[in-house]
Amino acid sequence: MNKKPVIYGFMAEFRTANHLLEAAKRARKENYRKVDAYTPFPVEGLSEALGFRSNKIALITLIGGLIGGIGGYFLQYYSAVIDYPFNTGGRPYHSWPVFIIPTFELTILCAALAAFFSMLLLNGLPKLYHPVFNVKDFDLATRNRFFLCILSSDPLFDDFRTWQFLEELNPLHIHKVAA
Amino acid sequence: MKKEKYDGADIEKPKLPLVKGHYGYASITDKLSDLVLTRPVHRGWVVGFGIAFVLTLLFFYAIGYLFAVGVGVWGVDIPVAWGWAITNFVWWIGIGHAGTFISAILLLLRQEWRTAINRFAEAMTIFAAGIAAIFPILHLGRPWFFYWLVPYPNTMELWPQWRSPLVWDFFAIGTYLLVSLIFWYMGLIPDLATLRDRANTRFRQIVYGLLALGWRGEARHWHRYETAYLLLAGLATPLVVSVHSIVALDFAYGNTPGWHSTIFPPYFVAGALFSGFAMVLTLAIPLRAFFKLQDFITERHLDHAAKVLLATGFIVAYSYLIEIFMAWYSGNEYELSTILDRFYGPYAPLYWATIICNVLAIQPLWFQRVRVNVLALFAISIIINVGMWLERFMIIVTSLHRDFLPAAWGMFYPTGWDWAHLVGSLGLFAALFFLFIRLLPALSIYEMRELIFDKKRKIDE
Repeated sequence: MNKKPVIYGFMAEFRTANHLLEAAKRARKENYRKVDAYTPFPVEGLSEALGFRSNKIALITLIGGLIGGIGGYFLQYYSAVIDYPFNTGGRPYHSWPVFIIPTFELTILCAALAAFFSMLLLNGLPKLYHPVFNVKDFDLATRNRFFLCILSSDPLFDDFRTWQFLEELNPLHIHKVAA
Repeated sequence: MKKEKYDGADIEKPKLPLVKGHYGYASITDKLSDLVLTRPVHRGWVVGFGIAFVLTLLFFYAIGYLFAVGVGVWGVDIPVAWGWAITNFVWWIGIGHAGTFISAILLLLRQEWRTAINRFAEAMTIFAAGIAAIFPILHLGRPWFFYWLVPYPNTMELWPQWRSPLVWDFFAIGTYLLVSLIFWYMGLIPDLATLRDRANTRFRQIVYGLLALGWRGEARHWHRYETAYLLLAGLATPLVVSVHSIVALDFAYGNTPGWHSTIFPPYFVAGALFSGFAMVLTLAIPLRAFFKLQDFITERHLDHAAKVLLATGFIVAYSYLIEIFMAWYSGNEYELSTILDRFYGPYAPLYWATIICNVLAIQPLWFQRVRVNVLALFAISIIINVGMWLERFMIIVTSLHRDFLPAAWGMFYPTGWDWAHLVGSLGLFAALFFLFIRLLPALSIYEMRELIFDKKRKIDE
């Protein structure tokens, strides 16, 4: 048996988004770094309060779009000019105006695929098991409750003091999250 | 202005409300997810789905017969080689456009009224675009070779012909279908998680759980999710314009009188939004009555959609006028004779029916009394759907049946198989929609929660 911590963290349950937002800011101020928050809808400013500023999705989407566009044009150029030149109605082999249409569509397609899959991969999804699902009330996170979880992997995590800190925040409940 | 109680606070009632009644996060979640999870199967649903299913079977039977015998089962012949297949295709792909318009463009424009109608409008888009994609394949002489449109290294060492509008269609529809599907599924993920957490049987827990991909509403996940969702909306926006523009270019690429026109791309896009919003209303009005969703799909939504109908209807009317003007102004006798043929020729009743349905029938929408009158709106939306189908038919058939040489003139008469494909495709659309409203949340639950949060915050401020 390896000596893994038996708990994943402590989780406080709140009734409102603003309450959770305040709690997240307090936790940040207390120098907790491994803090997660769970909400039923996107709350503006919450991820910033947890110290998460920018994400790479826009950049990845741009790169996906560029690959799609350049690749799409190259595909048409290669096939219609180099590999299989074919005279249709006396048009030039490199008839670029008609190449724009598939190029445009492939740009959009690859950018959209990049946006979707980068969102999933960076979020670590799909992940069907996660310790937070062990919490009895956690199904309310997709309904009307707001959760703040301080992870046991946080250097400041302490069974007694962390629990006390969460109690100061005045939550509805505090749950132990089994690992 | 009239004052109204709004969640206990006295504020000025600005417009018709977006959400009626007093809902919190929990009650709105329960109400919308219970539509899927606990509501018993209703007799009306069974009857409706049964009819749609029979028509779907008819559609598949007609497709099978077409594969066995060939496109000769339709009324198409020379000179009208494009008959109902392409009419149906253009009509169906147009219907899809409102869904993308609502979910993408209105999201970027921060129009809150989209929230209650975007989910089922997106479903409508996917079903309509999917059905549309069937028709160009069916009208190929050898439909089983449609994959030759795909660029892949093959033993025949052949490539697609990039200068062919058929290949453009393949890329345009394929991209549209895939991007719409991604957009729709991504919007569903948080709601699938809600269904997973509220599911009352183990089977549902597993199915919705697998589909939700383990979504747990983590703040950083939401952050990335919102970025990606906005980007997808931004990417879907040019698609709305491009897909139907490309369909229009299929026509304008040829020199057939009546098709060779620069107004076609914007004209087709406006027509697509016009028929799409008509279909949104055709679906929304029974949906809200049947599921008692009047609190979420309010008169304000109907009012806005009706205004969009009026605006796009005017662009369509303008395009009709410009077509006539350009035929006259160009002095091209073939163009002119096509227009005169539409006015007085054998298909003239269809032309005038198009004008009545698409231009005259929408005029009552100037009055708000009509815009919030459910029955009147429903009737108008159906008239528009019929009118837009007639318009597509008119464009295709009246241009083809009399072109340059009088010796080559001919007529198009639909056969029973033409009807089977049209009615069957309507049945397939309805059947998919009936399944959708039983199995997935027809309204976006998490966005409704957000709407309530914003509403509360506004009252707090």
